[in-house]
Amino acid sequence: MGAELTDKILDKKIVQRVAKLSSLAVKEDELAIYAADLGGIINWMEQLNGVDITDVQPMVGTEIAQLRLREDVVTDGDCKEDVLSNAPERIADFYAVPKVVE
Amino acid sequence: MLTGMKITEAVDGLRQKKFSAEELTKAHVNAINKLNDRINAYITVTADAAIEQAKAADQKLAAGDAPALTGIPLAIKDLFCTKGVKTTAASRILENFVPPYESTVTANLLRDGAVFLGKVNLDEFAMGSGNLNSAFGAVENPWKRQGEDTFLVPGGSSGGSAAAVAAQMAMGATGTDTGGSIRQPAAYCGITGIKPTYGRCSRWGIIAYASSLDQAGPMGKSVEDCAIMLQSMAGFDPKDSTSVDKEVPDYRAACNRSLKGMKVGIPMEYRVPGLSPEIEAVWQQGINWLKEAGCEIVDVSLPHTKHGLATYYIIAPAEASSNLARYDGVRYGRRVDGASLDELYANTRGAGFGDEVKRRILMGTYVLSAGYYDAYYLRAQKVRKLINQDFMNVFDKVDVLLTPTAPTAAFAKGENQEDPVQMYLNDIFTVPASMAGVPGLALPAGLSSQGLPLGLQLLGRPFGEETLFAVGSAMEKAANFTHKPTLRAGGSL
Repeated sequence: MGAELTDKILDKKIVQRVAKLSSLAVKEDELAIYAADLGGIINWMEQLNGVDITDVQPMVGTEIAQLRLREDVVTDGDCKEDVLSNAPERIADFYAVPKVVE
Repeated sequence: MLTGMKITEAVDGLRQKKFSAEELTKAHVNAINKLNDRINAYITVTADAAIEQAKAADQKLAAGDAPALTGIPLAIKDLFCTKGVKTTAASRILENFVPPYESTVTANLLRDGAVFLGKVNLDEFAMGSGNLNSAFGAVENPWKRQGEDTFLVPGGSSGGSAAAVAAQMAMGATGTDTGGSIRQPAAYCGITGIKPTYGRCSRWGIIAYASSLDQAGPMGKSVEDCAIMLQSMAGFDPKDSTSVDKEVPDYRAACNRSLKGMKVGIPMEYRVPGLSPEIEAVWQQGINWLKEAGCEIVDVSLPHTKHGLATYYIIAPAEASSNLARYDGVRYGRRVDGASLDELYANTRGAGFGDEVKRRILMGTYVLSAGYYDAYYLRAQKVRKLINQDFMNVFDKVDVLLTPTAPTAAFAKGENQEDPVQMYLNDIFTVPASMAGVPGLALPAGLSSQGLPLGLQLLGRPFGEETLFAVGSAMEKAANFTHKPTLRAGGSL
């Protein structure tokens, strides 16, 4: 399995697909660099294939904190200008983006 | 020299009226003015606001009953949101971000009277081990190899925090630690730092990298200084769902506890091939100090620790790829236009993030994507469980573990950089404790033959910070590390 995955990541098409999933514009000449870098990292991670994980439950977070319920009440608000204060572009009380619906 | 003092000394000096908070802050502002062009520790200096805070501190001190940190000038890692003060995460994508709110940890410090000198440099989004991945330039380690002027890295990601404290441009600093980002730079810069138990300090208002690992902590000139700072920073916060509702003990009092009968574990897996003989010698020295202090030394095994790094570099990027999805150029931060909304997202993120951040987002997206999730992410979560069980097993037998902090002393800019995996190896001793969420304290223990600081690390049980402060204080006394870096306030520059 390891070799197969490693071969795949070295394919620039995989990097292209992951870049699309990540919403990252990656230039053509960068694809080969990322393919090599990621291939190297993936290769190194293959060491985990040698660990016996039979019957081991996955660890989610550090399992130190217990999730809590809180009262269903408003804790914050009335701060519209604060929320919008860093908007790169706004129209009235809205964030502005390029037209989505034709 | 006011900048040469520890926080403990300044706390007393202020109350004995030997100097004012204003004088203390101004001395540090002068040091920043003199040194920051070269060291580049600060991204933003808030000198005027700091002097105003110091004047207010003097009034509180004069009135009596001022909280512990009143008038103490600190540096804040530029990952903590500070109300009305630019917070960049050392990224182009947040270069103009001004938070309309204050992080819980910095709010706690302000509540206790601290003065903020400014926001300090880091690896972009805390991703790195050399502070070389900052959009605002690298930070120079104030320490020099004997007879050389080579640019050494301060470690990372809290490199600006560590350099600012070492060069006496702040009395202490906040840091964050995801895989070693407090402990490794503390070691490289010859200062002390503690990553508390996950859940001890609130993560609210700290720009997230890997949420199941990120934890804030203090960096300072001594164990006791870190204890005073953590006392203020720690505590339950309902705004962080992973914050733990547990009373904050008296950390400063814990510094003077006796070590009689304490059991110290030495994990054999930390004797990695290629460990520098100098680090090995400092480690042995640390063992001897603890024996002399009355501790029992026990050899222990953490069999899965060797997989800590590979596990980390699956889990942390996976969480990062999700956390950093919020930077899309719509609500805050830099925007690069595109013909469609999707293009705007991709262009903004492509231009706004640096190489290492992009690499980790791609890596994280890859290990979470359909077809690879089970092979990488799920497997890593299971190995993480095994690493965690290793720690819980040894903490049945011993109270604390002693290890080196980093495998080498500070390296030069340009070394270790070609291969990302080589760079990741810097975190080999710090990452396993992050995976388990247990606390770790790093302190300087000696100098290398080239004159660079070498650090030791103490790891404790969950919420075992008091034990770390007790053992750390004893080691600090034994080490008597009084060396100073070349670049510092009152130094040669």
